[in-house]
Amino acid sequence: MLKQVEGSAAVAEAVALARPEVICAYPISPQTHIVEGLGERVKDGSLDNCEFINVESEFAAMSVAIGSSAAGARTYTATASQGLLFMAEAVYNASGLGLPIVMTVANRAIGAPINIWNDHSDSMSQRDCGWLQLFAETNQEALDLHIQAFKIAEELSMPVMVCMDGFILTHAYERVDMPTQEQVDAFLPPYEPRQVLDVNEPVSIGAMVGPEAFMEVRYLAHAKQTMALERIPEIAAEFKERFGRDSGGLVRTYRCEDADTVVIALGSVLGTIKDAVDEMRTGGEKIGVLGIQSFRPFPLDAVRNALQNAKRVVVVEKSFSVGMGGVVATDVRMALSGLHMHSYCVVAGLGGRAITQASLVRTFAQAIAGTLPLLSFMDLDWRIVNRQLEREATIRRSGPIAENLLRDVGSVASKVA
Amino acid sequence: MNAPVKFYQTGTFTVGNRLLEADQRSVQSSEARSNSLNSGHRACQGCGEALGARYVVDAAMRATGNQLIAANATGCLEVFSTPYPETSWQLPWIHSLFGNAAAVGTGIAAALKVKAHKAGKALSEVRVIAQGGDGGTTDIGFGCLSGMFERNDDVLYICYDNEAYMNTGVQRSSATPMGARTATTMAVGAHPGAPAGQGKNLPLIAMAHEIPYVATATVADLHDLEAKVEKAMSIRGARYLHVLVPCPLGWGSASHDTVLLARLARETGIFPVFEAEHGEVTSVTKIRHHVPVEDYLKLQKRFAHLFGTPGQPEMVAHIQADADRNIRRFKLLDETGE
Repeated sequence: MLKQVEGSAAVAEAVALARPEVICAYPISPQTHIVEGLGERVKDGSLDNCEFINVESEFAAMSVAIGSSAAGARTYTATASQGLLFMAEAVYNASGLGLPIVMTVANRAIGAPINIWNDHSDSMSQRDCGWLQLFAETNQEALDLHIQAFKIAEELSMPVMVCMDGFILTHAYERVDMPTQEQVDAFLPPYEPRQVLDVNEPVSIGAMVGPEAFMEVRYLAHAKQTMALERIPEIAAEFKERFGRDSGGLVRTYRCEDADTVVIALGSVLGTIKDAVDEMRTGGEKIGVLGIQSFRPFPLDAVRNALQNAKRVVVVEKSFSVGMGGVVATDVRMALSGLHMHSYCVVAGLGGRAITQASLVRTFAQAIAGTLPLLSFMDLDWRIVNRQLEREATIRRSGPIAENLLRDVGSVASKVA
Repeated sequence: MNAPVKFYQTGTFTVGNRLLEADQRSVQSSEARSNSLNSGHRACQGCGEALGARYVVDAAMRATGNQLIAANATGCLEVFSTPYPETSWQLPWIHSLFGNAAAVGTGIAAALKVKAHKAGKALSEVRVIAQGGDGGTTDIGFGCLSGMFERNDDVLYICYDNEAYMNTGVQRSSATPMGARTATTMAVGAHPGAPAGQGKNLPLIAMAHEIPYVATATVADLHDLEAKVEKAMSIRGARYLHVLVPCPLGWGSASHDTVLLARLARETGIFPVFEAEHGEVTSVTKIRHHVPVEDYLKLQKRFAHLFGTPGQPEMVAHIQADADRNIRRFKLLDETGE
C-alpha cells in the first residue's frame, strides 16, 4: 500500500510487521520517533504479544535485548550516536554471543562537540563489533531492509544494524510502499533460535573462553559474515520476487558500465551523487556510482568487480578516522588490491554539513583533472580552521576550540557552502 | 527413600550423608536438592559466595519446581563456575557483562511473559533470578539494577556481598566497609584502610524503590536464607536479596571462619538482617548474643592495622558507633535488652 509517511513511521510499521516480541526503548534523537511508533502499537494492542520496555539507558537497552533474545524472543531496539557508544560493550557482547537482535541506527555525529545532525561516525565506530551493518539509501529501502534484517539475522544467528541517515531519512516524509502483514509473514518465518535458555534443556551461555578456543569463536563470527555475503543478495532477490522491488543486497551500480570514474558512497547521499553524475554525464564525462548497501560484511569482490574498468575511484564518506582518513576508503583500497587506479577519499557532510550537488560536481571534476588531494574535506571552512591554528600558535590559553570557532563563524551555527 | 543415590558430590560429606539412613542425613544431602550449582567448581576454600549461591539457587529451584533461569554478572561466581567445558550450572544460565545482569534478567522475564501470553497464560511459570557480587551490584551494575527495580520487572536479584572486588584482586567497592584494607584502600599513611563516611547501603536504596520485597541474609543462617528466597519467589515483581558472604582471600580470614564471621557480622549489628515489603521493614532477625565489633574485626587481616600499636582506636570506635546505630535503627536487640 502506498503511503506518504515520515521515515521513522515507515520503519516503525515495518518492524511491527516483523512481529517483534520484545522492544527496548531509550530516547535519543534522531531515532526516537521509531520506538515511539512501536510503543503506541504495543499500547493500543495492534502489535500484540510484544513487550515494550522503557529502559534507563542504551546500555540497558542492549542488555535487555541480550536477555530476551537469549530467552528466544525476536528482539528489536534502535539508537544513534552517543547512545550507540554508551551501549558499545553490550553491542560487542550481543554479537559475541551470536544473538540475532535487529537494531536501527539513525546515523548521527558523535561529540564532542555535541551535534545531533547526520553523519556516519556512530555506526562506523562499531565497524569491528561483529554486527552486520546494512545502509539504506531511501526510506523505502530502510523499511525493506528491516524486514530483510530479521531474516538475515535469524538465519545466521548474528545481530544486524540497519543504518539510516538521521533526519535526512528518519524525519523526511516520502512515499513508501508498505507491505501487508500476509506478505511479511510469508517472507519471514517465526524465530527459531539456535540457542535458548530453556528449563527443559539447560545450557550455560556466556562462559569464559581462554586462548584454546577464543580465536576459533572469533573466526566463526567472520565465517558467518562471509556466509552473509552469499545470503544477503539471495534474500534481496527473494524479497524482490515477493515485493517487486530492489532493496538491499551488497552493492548497487548506477551508470557504471563504461565509467572511467566511479564514485562510492553509502546511504542517502547516493541520491545527490546520482544527480551530480547525471549532470556530468550530460557534459560528456564517463562517470558512475557504486552504492554500498552492506558495509559489514564488506563486499570486497563485488566492489572490485564494479571497479574493474575504472580509471579512478572517489569515495565520498560521512565518516573520518582522525589521524588516518576515510574509513570506507580504507576498505575500498583493500578491494582495489592489484588494480591500478587513483583512489580519492572525500570526507563530507560531517555533523550534518550539507553535501550539495554543486560541491560534488566540482570535487569529481577535480578528481578527473587529477588535482584532487588523496584525502580532502568537502567545503571545509579553512578560514576558521586557520584562525584557530594561529590562535593556538600564539596564545597558550587559547580556550575551548568549538566555542572559538563558533564565535568566528558568527550567528549562523549551521553553515552551508 | 529408595531413590538411587547420586554420587556427584564426591569429595564432600554429602555422599557420606546420603549413604546414611534417611533420618540421619543432613540437610545438605537432601535428594530434593537440585544441586544447581554443582560441585567441582573452582571457588576458594571457605568461599562464602559459593555457599550462599548454592543455597539461594537450590531454594529458588525448589520454590519454582525447577522452572528457573539465571542471569549472572561477571565476577568470582561467574568465573569459578564456568571455565568451559566445565560448568557447574544445572539450570539455564547466562553471563553477559559485569554491569548488566539485572537488565539481562529483565529481558529474559520479558521474553518469558510474551511466551506465556502466546500460550494463553497470564504469567510465566518459568521465573528469573539475576545475581552478582557487590561490585557488579552496587557499583557498575547499579544503573541497570535501579532500572529493573523501578519498572518492577519480575526478577529476583541477589547480591552476594563480599565487600570488595575480589575477582580482580581485592579492590575497594562502594560496599567496602570503613577501615578495611583493600588493594586500593591500602593500610598505610595517617588514615589506613577505607575511609569512613563513604559507600552505599543498597538494601535501603532498594527499599526506596518501594519494590515488593527486599531482604538481607548471611551464610550463617542458611535456613533463613532459603526461607527468604522461597518468600521472594512467591512474589511477582522486582525483588532484592542482599547476602553477606565472607571471603577468606579478601578479608584475610581463615577459611573455616566463613560462617562464624557471617554470624558475628549479624551479632555485632554490623550487618542487620531484615525483610522489607514495599519500602517498609516487616521483620528483623534479633541479635541473640550481642558482641563488640572487635570480636568480628580481629578475625580479619583486612582490619589488622586497626589494632596493636599504634592502631586506629578512633576507627574501631566509629565502626562500633555505626553498628550501634544499626541496632537502634532496625531494633536488633529485644526491648528487654541484655
